Amino acid sequence: MTPIVEVRALHKRFGELEVLKGIDFTVAEGEVVSVIGASGSGKTTLLRCLNLLEEFHQGEVLIGGEAIGYHTRRGQRARVGEHEIARQRAMTGMVFQSFNLFPHMSALDNVTLGLTKVRGMPKNQAIELGDHWLERVGMLERRDYRPSQLSGGQQQRVAIARAIAMNPKVMLFDEATSALDPERVGEVLETIRSLAQEGMTMVLVTHEMRFARDVSDKVVFMEDGRIAEQGPPERLFMHPESPRLQAFLKTSSF
Amino acid sequence: MNYHFNFAPIFDQWPILLSGIGLGLLLALVSIAIGSALGLVVAFASRAPNRWLRSLAFTWISILRNLPILVIVLFLFFGMPQLGLSLDKITSFIVALSLYASAYMAEVFRGGLLSVPQGLIEAGQAIGLTSFRIKRYIVLPIMFRNALPAFGNNFISLFKDTSLAATIAVPELTFYARKINSETFRVIEVWLVASLLYIVCCYAITLVLRAMEKRLVLEKT
Repeated sequence: MTPIVEVRALHKRFGELEVLKGIDFTVAEGEVVSVIGASGSGKTTLLRCLNLLEEFHQGEVLIGGEAIGYHTRRGQRARVGEHEIARQRAMTGMVFQSFNLFPHMSALDNVTLGLTKVRGMPKNQAIELGDHWLERVGMLERRDYRPSQLSGGQQQRVAIARAIAMNPKVMLFDEATSALDPERVGEVLETIRSLAQEGMTMVLVTHEMRFARDVSDKVVFMEDGRIAEQGPPERLFMHPESPRLQAFLKTSSF
Repeated sequence: MNYHFNFAPIFDQWPILLSGIGLGLLLALVSIAIGSALGLVVAFASRAPNRWLRSLAFTWISILRNLPILVIVLFLFFGMPQLGLSLDKITSFIVALSLYASAYMAEVFRGGLLSVPQGLIEAGQAIGLTSFRIKRYIVLPIMFRNALPAFGNNFISLFKDTSLAATIAVPELTFYARKINSETFRVIEVWLVASLLYIVCCYAITLVLRAMEKRLVLEKT
């Protein structure tokens, strides 16, 4: 079966600095993959390459079997056109560390903007679907609130609804709980966990080790732009092979 | 001091004073509308990927902001006919004030653009919006809201600049006040009334803009 996400020999540089030095990994349908590693190891950059928020310089990213971002014309590698990029981005759903809700719109409008403007859905149908997902993340009662009237945890749940309402093939979470007050982390993790249990395909960049261990089918440990170790969570957390991962786990709190 | 105020000769001229302030408001509104449209283009050009476009925008802003508005008014009205381009005085003044306003509005909107967080643009990209739609639905609405207080200040300031139209005989409030002054010699009274009219007008504009701000400006999250 075609994997939902397939990354082949991915390289990315910021100027002279190579931050991804050849990444290979796959995510199967319904799989939950956590990417862990120290800050600066390249895990967020990797995630941002999966929805083309970052350009990459070598290698391929395939979403649902389709190579995204670049094509080869007359032997030259070139970025695909803007509309093509927009379409390919909509195949993935992204949840940001800092929520990034549109501050001039209600929670509901945040969710329906993409449905009406990208998916071309009629307004009433978009509202119906928006309400459905807001209810799913426990935010239906606040559908008419502005982001500034919501707590961080509530904002992040709306952001999850906004991304998932677009019916993406895979959900990407970029340290979704790092910016939250400690007492708000639980509600967001619960939301993510329940989506995972429903079979949503996910890639999570996270510092929540206990959560990564509990919900993931696979854990990827990144170190200095490379995948140092990957495998089922029991093995990585209980029997880490590489000394780097052993050291990393010692300094991480559970 | 035994000055005897006599407002009667001024109040006799009430209709033309009102028509004067009306014309001033109209000049300001039209110039600010044109200047804002131009300023928006210049603001986007100042953030364009193209280097030449950026320098063009900054040249535009620095030339017009470093010229006194009176010089622009006089230059256009007296200078342009020499180059074969005669405009009537009202059009000429509107062009002058619009150009001047465009530089200030470009700065206002440029600040507004800078205030739109990159993360919101990325959030738009992530749901598959094209860059035009990101501008249309995210950048512009947030920029306008954030720019509103600075926009208001410039609005007041540009409205007051319409008094300079009197120098090229555009019949606005200052022009009529000067006329009544020379006809009646009620110097203090006429300028008191003119001042009061300007203050009331500016204050009314402030109130309207403040009401708009209250509805539109985004609280910080």
